[in-house]
Amino acid sequence: MTIGVKVLKKPPRTLAEQAYLPETVKGLRLTMSRFFKNTFGPDSEKEIATVKYPEETRVYPERFRGVHRLTQRADGSPRCVACLCCSTACPAQCIHIEPGEYAADDPRAGYERYPKVFVIDELRCISCGYCVEACPCDAIRMDTGVHMPASTHRDHFLYDKETLLSLPGADGSLLTANTRPEPGDADHPGIDRDHH
Amino acid sequence: MGEMTFGGGGEDANFFTTKFDALLGWARKYSLFQYPFVTACCGMEFMAVASPRYDMARFGAEAPRFSPRQADVLWVVGTVSQRQGPVLKRIYEQMTEPKWVISFGTCASCGGFYDNYTTIPGIDKVIPVDVYIPGCPPRPEAVLDGLMLLMDKIQNGNKDPIVVPPRELPKLAQLRVKKEAAR
Repeated sequence: MTIGVKVLKKPPRTLAEQAYLPETVKGLRLTMSRFFKNTFGPDSEKEIATVKYPEETRVYPERFRGVHRLTQRADGSPRCVACLCCSTACPAQCIHIEPGEYAADDPRAGYERYPKVFVIDELRCISCGYCVEACPCDAIRMDTGVHMPASTHRDHFLYDKETLLSLPGADGSLLTANTRPEPGDADHPGIDRDHH
Repeated sequence: MGEMTFGGGGEDANFFTTKFDALLGWARKYSLFQYPFVTACCGMEFMAVASPRYDMARFGAEAPRFSPRQADVLWVVGTVSQRQGPVLKRIYEQMTEPKWVISFGTCASCGGFYDNYTTIPGIDKVIPVDVYIPGCPPRPEAVLDGLMLLMDKIQNGNKDPIVVPPRELPKLAQLRVKKEAAR
């Protein structure tokens, strides 16, 4: 069996193409017309692809994973209950949490814990979003909509609890859209199995 | 104090030296010749920064030199394994003074999620680093942030200070960048 070979005919060249110079002038005319249009023309006709970054910024997509933040409850305390799900899920192991117990007279005592220390090494973070998926309380989010800025020191990338709590989301809110009943609320199911 | 002054001139005596340093810093920061040491996937993002969409040439960092002897800035882009460590060190030593190093991306900066025996946990175990750019890979905007930070550093002529300066929050850092751009 032979393979069929399709012979393509070479397109003929005109005298103008063979003379080289007219085609060069044509190309230069296109280049120069773009140059004058983009340099001196009205803004509406400019065809410039470059984003002049510090002056103009592109809007990031809605689901862009930026710097982490810790969401707050209505009283300003972190929603995080220090379950360590995020630090377990993190493939880069960039989250460090030290859980603490509430005082005995606190309504949340015995029901949940709080993070005494919550540090994220943003330099180690690979922005995979596994921590956000793992969090059962919607306490850690990556919806700040800003990228992590560069720095000259590695210490600058260690974000502690206070810093993470102070970062607002892209909508400017420190809270979360997904609220849930707190211990003490009327619609809270209770902190033990008898719903008390 | 302790500097040599002529005829009790005070500030005037140092006028030319300080102005010359400022001029030198200005000239250096806008004519960075770069050597990209690209080893991994961050290289794609480096190309995105160098290509017309973000256009690193706007900052004078246009020509990549593929010999470290002609380069000012060493971009370490990507994961550096233990076997590449000596190579990287040798490349750094081949560069002529003044030289700067930008660590591009998580892997080069701290090893990232490679917690194993083959990967160097950050190239600053091998060579000094001036600017760390986080991200996996970093956005082009973050890379330009890092480049502008390095340009600031070159203009000020500061080597690593002993006191770590206070950190800027992301929003504030971008405000600073905008303010400097407007200036």
